[in-house]
Amino acid sequence: MERSATSTMRLFGLLLSILLLGAAIVCSIAFGTTDIPLSQVMDSFLHYDASLQQHLVIQTTRLPRALIAGAVGACLAVAGAVMQVITRNPIASPSLFGVNAGASFMVVIASGWLGLSGMQPLALFALLGAAISGAIVFVLGSIGRDGMTPVKITLAGASISAFFASLTQGFMLSSGKMFDQVLVWLVGSVAGRNMAMLQGVLPYMAVGLIIALALSRQLNLLGMGDDIAKTLGQRTAMVKGLASVAVILLAGASVAVAGPIAFIGIIIPHIVRFLIGSDYRWVIPYSAVLGAVLLVASDIGSRYIAMPKEVPVGVMTAVLGVPFFVYIARKGRKAS
Amino acid sequence: MSKYSTIRTNKPKLSLLLERKTVLITLVLLVLCAAAAVLSTGIGSKFIAPLDVVKSIFGYGNPMHDVIVLKLRLPRIIIALLVGAALASAGAVLQGLIRNPLASPDVAGITEGASLGTVLFMFFFNEKLSIQWMPLAAIIGAFAVTFLLYVLSWKDGASPLRMVLIGTGLSAAFKSISYMLLISGPFFMADRALTFMTGSIYGASWEKDVFTLLPWLIVLLPLTWLMSRHVNIQSLGDEVAGSAGASVQRHRLLLLILSVSLAGAAVAIGGAIAFVGLIAPHIARKLVGSSFGGLLPVSAMIGALLVLLSDLAARTLFTPLDIPAGVFTAIIGAPFFLYLLYRHRNQ
Repeated sequence: MERSATSTMRLFGLLLSILLLGAAIVCSIAFGTTDIPLSQVMDSFLHYDASLQQHLVIQTTRLPRALIAGAVGACLAVAGAVMQVITRNPIASPSLFGVNAGASFMVVIASGWLGLSGMQPLALFALLGAAISGAIVFVLGSIGRDGMTPVKITLAGASISAFFASLTQGFMLSSGKMFDQVLVWLVGSVAGRNMAMLQGVLPYMAVGLIIALALSRQLNLLGMGDDIAKTLGQRTAMVKGLASVAVILLAGASVAVAGPIAFIGIIIPHIVRFLIGSDYRWVIPYSAVLGAVLLVASDIGSRYIAMPKEVPVGVMTAVLGVPFFVYIARKGRKAS
Repeated sequence: MSKYSTIRTNKPKLSLLLERKTVLITLVLLVLCAAAAVLSTGIGSKFIAPLDVVKSIFGYGNPMHDVIVLKLRLPRIIIALLVGAALASAGAVLQGLIRNPLASPDVAGITEGASLGTVLFMFFFNEKLSIQWMPLAAIIGAFAVTFLLYVLSWKDGASPLRMVLIGTGLSAAFKSISYMLLISGPFFMADRALTFMTGSIYGASWEKDVFTLLPWLIVLLPLTWLMSRHVNIQSLGDEVAGSAGASVQRHRLLLLILSVSLAGAAVAIGGAIAFVGLIAPHIARKLVGSSFGGLLPVSAMIGALLVLLSDLAARTLFTPLDIPAGVFTAIIGAPFFLYLLYRHRNQ
């Protein structure tokens, strides 16, 4: 009885979060360097008129931007949540464990050196980069007698990030091509994107999210520790492998479209677990929705901080994320 | 014949115990550094024979060689040596202090702080203050981040684990703030600042770089060496050090200040050259063991060699491009770091 009551509460909460997301997206469309009245926003969907400048702005600039922010936020938050289970490390996230850095390096190489453009090939390269760096960090973090310790995997992540960042910067400086654009992209930004870019990465994101959702029950078992999960009949290696695929799809696709945006993957899963506990059947959907809310909201904020200029949203999330991160690092793992 | 030779004087009261092997290795490295410096001065778009380089240095060369050697190449070579030595010493002190072989100024976020300090300086005081003040900006940045690191990870003492975790978080945030400055500033500034953040000693000059960095090192390096005894005793652990009569906390603070100043000064001139502070002390420890009196000079020289050779590769392998030296130290350093991680996997 009580169980179903909490389930109802959680469902209600999830619906509330989705409403919040809807509101955030509407705000993101309406507010900016020029505010657009809500009636116009509605109008542009119902009676689209390409000759009206406001309609054009909404449909070609603001809407893609809001949707991309939402999709990327959702993906990064879910990737963080999944990583935190499989590494059993409270600060696991695509940005700190080098996955984003690897993806960015490959994207810079693909666009600057091989001259590729268009979202499809770039996304593939991003996935490749994410897979390479993620694998190195994962393997190095888990070797040794005591398995995966937080210090080891954090150090491995930090060094791989530094390595790929150096390579990326060296490449940019030596080629000089599209320097400015890449720089903005490297901090993480969702401005100036169009709908086609979102469509290019959406399939990867969708597959990643579906895998994560489908695995949520298994992740619950895994969260109890490898041994217990095995005793309960789980093929832990396969679950971890699939979960890693999901992480790579989610993080790689996000980086391809928005650059390496940091800290969303850390902040959101912790907030979610604080709100609703650690049942992953709920944590994953909640993370997706709240991650989307956070990034859309940060993006709105980033337009106002240095009006009329915009701050890349990656800087916003970093500034928001650090205090939170410090709190987690201080709190977590007294034993070690 | 003993492994050690002793030097004793009564006035001033001083006694030194020298291990023969360490002295030998130090001398060999010194010769290697000098040789590498001379050779690398000769290599470039115009090759100059080592003998001619030496002649120019001592004032007997022909005028054309003099210009190339003394004006263009030598400052860069000397800066490479100085920056490498400073970074390596900073790393050696930090590793002894934190008692973790994987600690280094870059992992702890100190270099990132220093480079944010310098980038801020570039953007806000570029026209107003002389470039001589840049090391100060870098050192202030380095200290700010160290202070934050210490305060934030303090909870009944600062545990190495928390310092590592918080250090990586802080350096991620600092990096993105530096990037934001790059984007918001004018284009030429962004190029300069990004080169700096990758770590490059391109276009080093006597007045601007060598004479700015040298005074810092002349003060800091000997001071650090004089503190060797304290590093040695710190590395035994707080209890042992305390019962041996060391004032642990005071010396730790002092050593930390030295290490951060060294790293800050090096970053101010050479940019955030990665991984040197990590690798050099490890190689040095393999060669001469971990007694700090011998370890420090050897680390410094290995660091110097490392940066010198990386810079040589960076400016010659892809001519006419001049790639930041930091890219090459990262290429050498990251695999080495992963190897270390593998070696220390059971600790």
